[in-house]
Amino acid sequence: MDIKLEAIGHSYDGVRVMRDITLDIPDGRIVCIVGPSGCGKSTLLRFIGGLERPMEGRVVQMGEAPEGCLNPLTYIFQDFALLPWRSVAGNISLVLEDHGIKGAKAKAIIDDVLARTKLSDFAQALPKQLSGGMKQRVAIARALAVNPAVMLMDEPLSALDSQTRELLMDDLVSLWSRQPFTAVYVTHNLNEAVRLGHKIVVLSRRPGQIREVVEIDKPLDQRQFGDADLDEKQKYLWQLMREEARAADAELLNV
Amino acid sequence: MSDATLNTSRAAGTQGPDKQAAAMGETGKPVAFRGGGFAPRSPKWVGVAVFVVLIAIAEWGTRTGWISALTLPRPSDVLATFQELYQSGMLFKHLGPSLARLAVGALIGVSVGVSVGVLIGLFSYVRAGLVPLVAAIFPIPKIALLPLFVIWFGIGEGSKYALIAFGTFTPTVVATYGAVDNVDRTLIRMGQSFGLSWWSIVRKIVLPGAMPGILSGLRISLAIAIILLVAAEMLGAEYGIGAYILQAGSLYDLERLFAGVVILSVLGVVTSTVIGLIERRVLGWRT
Repeated sequence: MDIKLEAIGHSYDGVRVMRDITLDIPDGRIVCIVGPSGCGKSTLLRFIGGLERPMEGRVVQMGEAPEGCLNPLTYIFQDFALLPWRSVAGNISLVLEDHGIKGAKAKAIIDDVLARTKLSDFAQALPKQLSGGMKQRVAIARALAVNPAVMLMDEPLSALDSQTRELLMDDLVSLWSRQPFTAVYVTHNLNEAVRLGHKIVVLSRRPGQIREVVEIDKPLDQRQFGDADLDEKQKYLWQLMREEARAADAELLNV
Repeated sequence: MSDATLNTSRAAGTQGPDKQAAAMGETGKPVAFRGGGFAPRSPKWVGVAVFVVLIAIAEWGTRTGWISALTLPRPSDVLATFQELYQSGMLFKHLGPSLARLAVGALIGVSVGVSVGVLIGLFSYVRAGLVPLVAAIFPIPKIALLPLFVIWFGIGEGSKYALIAFGTFTPTVVATYGAVDNVDRTLIRMGQSFGLSWWSIVRKIVLPGAMPGILSGLRISLAIAIILLVAAEMLGAEYGIGAYILQAGSLYDLERLFAGVVILSVLGVVTSTVIGLIERRVLGWRT
């Protein structure tokens, strides 16, 4: 299932935040969206998942979601968004209950996704007992449970410390290598973008527009921490963004 | 291990800072502690001790004549009155109807209050329409409405339930919609993004998320219910703690008055403890 963005534009209270964004999200690839703060990256992600409506243009889904897919467009949030009153297993069962999946069938799915995210021992733990990295792995497990066609990740690693971030990036890569998923990955961290993105979309500052789309052909599982060619790409991206980021930083926040 | 690294860093560094550090070491003083505090705990015995000390002072004062018997009844006399009340079986004759009124009235008031509060928290029109109304009702002394309730619901139990229900309703509504407003919006967005139905979001995300606020509102509502119990029993009640207190008051029988007041206080402590237990069970997930 592909996603197409057609000439998306948006303003908040008369302030134009986004202009003419046209983009293809091909099946089985990870598209990273980077840009200076306030360029509307997260807003764009909310448009793609249908949590907000753009004023201009539209988001189109090409083709049907594959069989067995409970929630085609599934988010992973920066602040994890786990229900603190439910255990790890309960948080995952939350998203299954509404699809009428209960009892043994739900347990099978929960056990499977917890095994894939290496959380099997923590099924009964409450979120308050987990570290940040584990919480985000629970959120990833929850997303996997509904078998998404497209994962929409809103700065999923930004709330974590840098070591945990490295580990989770490896986890994401191994998840993808085992079973490629489609993802839109919003981040302000260029290192994450070059490690995880097949396609990196650089947005300009407000009003957000596509400045450039950078493609990286190197397979995900061959990308390593500190690879020279990736560093090269990262430097190039930073050059694209540098002035924008500086200018964006000097603007008043009114969004 | 740490010694080794220290040595190498010393060897690598210049002599200057080392000498300075040594000179400081001679006259050094410990950094003054200025943290701590602002984290109250409640050691169990302190609360009891306060009661014991106050009662002891009252007992001592009335015995020595320092406090006259008209000002304050002697605690031991109050205790004797209480014993008499218990032995004659009148205690439960008064307590029974009072607890029933409290339970029925508070149950009605709290359940209607929570429902209305959730509706105000969720729907713009309900909020726009009812928030001013609740604000208008809140400051009315509900006691003043007792004659009206007697006309509407009769002199029997109806008017008593109504008064207590009405009195607990408003604080519950205010606490509930405040609590619903405070539910983390990202959790609600999460629910929507996973395609949960509206009803599921309310039941599984909004209500549990509002529970801490609702329970702390309940503490206030139930205290108000106990206050209103006395008022409700002003008219047409033969038995009841409130009736007992009012009767004693009009006769200036201070021992009985105080015996009744102590029962109300105990009732307050018991409800507060029960809510505390519920909080510990239901809100164990809080950090």
